Amino acid sequence: MDRLVFLLGTGLARGAVLALFALALVLIWRGARVVNFAQGAMAVVSTYVAFEVTSLTGSYWLGLLAALLAGGLLGFAVERGVMRFASPASPLSGVILAIGLVMVLQSALGIVFGPDYRPMRVPFDDSAIVVGGVPLLSPYDLFVLVVAVAVMGALAVLFRWTSLGLQMRAAAFAPEVSRLLGVRVSRTVTVGWVLSSVVGSLAALLLVPTSLGLNPHATDSLFVLGFTVAVVGGLDSPVGALVGGVTVGVAMSLVTGYLGAGLVPIAVLVLLVLVLLLRPAGLFAAAEARRA
Amino acid sequence: MTGRQRLPGQRSLARTLVLAAGWTVVALGGTFALDPFRNYQLALVAAYLCATAGLTVLVGATGQLSLGHAALMAVGGYGYALTVNALPFEGLPAFVLALLAGALASAVVGLLLGLAAARLSGPYLAGLTLAVVVALPAVASTWSTVLHGDQGVHVAFQGVPDGLRRVVALEQWQAMVAVVVTAAVVTGLTVLRGGRFGLRMLAVRDDEVAARLSGIPAGRVKVLAFTASSVAAGVGGAVLCFVAQTVSPGAYTVGFSLLLVVAVVIGGLGSILGAALGSVVIVLLPWLIGRLTANLPADAAQRLDGNLAVLVFGLLLITVMAVAPHGLHGALVARRRRRSSRRPTRDGPGPTEEPAPRKVLVPTEEQR
Repeated sequence: MDRLVFLLGTGLARGAVLALFALALVLIWRGARVVNFAQGAMAVVSTYVAFEVTSLTGSYWLGLLAALLAGGLLGFAVERGVMRFASPASPLSGVILAIGLVMVLQSALGIVFGPDYRPMRVPFDDSAIVVGGVPLLSPYDLFVLVVAVAVMGALAVLFRWTSLGLQMRAAAFAPEVSRLLGVRVSRTVTVGWVLSSVVGSLAALLLVPTSLGLNPHATDSLFVLGFTVAVVGGLDSPVGALVGGVTVGVAMSLVTGYLGAGLVPIAVLVLLVLVLLLRPAGLFAAAEARRA
Repeated sequence: MTGRQRLPGQRSLARTLVLAAGWTVVALGGTFALDPFRNYQLALVAAYLCATAGLTVLVGATGQLSLGHAALMAVGGYGYALTVNALPFEGLPAFVLALLAGALASAVVGLLLGLAAARLSGPYLAGLTLAVVVALPAVASTWSTVLHGDQGVHVAFQGVPDGLRRVVALEQWQAMVAVVVTAAVVTGLTVLRGGRFGLRMLAVRDDEVAARLSGIPAGRVKVLAFTASSVAAGVGGAVLCFVAQTVSPGAYTVGFSLLLVVAVVIGGLGSILGAALGSVVIVLLPWLIGRLTANLPADAAQRLDGNLAVLVFGLLLITVMAVAPHGLHGALVARRRRRSSRRPTRDGPGPTEEPAPRKVLVPTEEQR
């Protein structure tokens, strides 16, 4: 029973990170109708920035800040420098450009930093907090949970109550009409990419310390999990990303705890196939969205 | 008058078969001119061509992308290896049976994945197939009693048949087998695409609603297209297993899967000739880069090893996509068209001006 509670707690923290990463995918999908297959690679670049800054200055927080800045810059550069070439007539060209970007970023990191796994440290105790005799969460998990919830709250406020958020939503759903009404659609798309890249970087930065360590391919499985979350929740739905993230996070934590970590990729695959076979419309998205 | 009308890009079945036979004879003759290492590379190109031809037909005719063709190749390879090891006899019958088993295995997996994702439009197929490649090592180690984990399955050495042993070396024999099998696969794909099913795929790609209104079962067409594509990849994996005498998850990584996509894109999406050119590039370029970096100090060479080739391929992919979305094959066609417009042909003057480049990725009928 204790074990179950602990696994649920850890799963909740993992799920929050997955939800953040999936949210970053959803942001770009809604804004530009592209699934950013390069998001994992972009996030791992920011994580390397954090790693270098932290080992130079000794401060985790400076590293975090630098990674978020780097994530934003990278999002801007990728949108202006690469994704602008995607042909609007074909959804494939965006995917292929993103794949090219994955290859460039990961191999460049491999050349500069080598293939070794570098352990990332965080300024938190990793023993679990015990509540009423039951080990629940580590302080780091708690930190992750708080940050994730805060970021999601901030994004919700941005989209619901600010003028920029309204413009972004309008530009995503009706670019032509928005342009006629004075929204600078091209700029809101760029803002979407920057935001998404920052959020994706943050997710990777929160996840990597709990995994094997930092490596050019450290976020490959994060991307697959994030994509699964987005499919389970519906690529169109931020709420779906949140619920899907927690669902997948808890499920994967239970699989790791009871069946072994080696089975996680298979469990992800089975989940993805089942959701696509049984509920092709996703659990939360509008039914026709995927066929259109 | 012939019975059936054809669209401009379609070839008659007889012409396809004659062309295929011609190319096969040329490739088989070519094996005599190559040294053993080149023949090994030719066998690799042939095996990759099975997968890239399947991929390019999938992308060109249905507009969907698979990032998991490496995993489908692995399925075919495992199917081949396990069957060969289980059969009590060897030689040609065992090879053919095992090849069919590999094709069947990849067909079953492809059908399941196709049912799950290929009916949907958008990026679902790409994401699902990516998840398949990522899960491959876990699958191999979970069922390690059969699949032998990271080590993979080894197959018994299949030598040159007795009658030919004096004439051809082992590598040449492997290349010849690979060429013949690949020719069969590529011909099958070409015939499939040129016939009624090909028209249905194009109709679904161009306007799914209109296709459905005309009575074409769009979902089924997409699933079958993906299944055919995965069979081609599976046969490629079986051939690769025949050449390398082993199949293991380490050979079919995400990186290799993306390399197949690179081959298809730089060759020109939808073109089988382009897939062949792309397969040559993805075999030769890493080898060339390896030769160039071999003299560097050990540390630098270790870092550049593999990574430099991937970097070049990534840049190539982005450049081709941004500058020449029709790839090598598209460039060849454009050049041929320019030349014929300069020099009037017997039938009359050629086209006087270049047609405006189409914005869509998939090739026009003339480029096939």
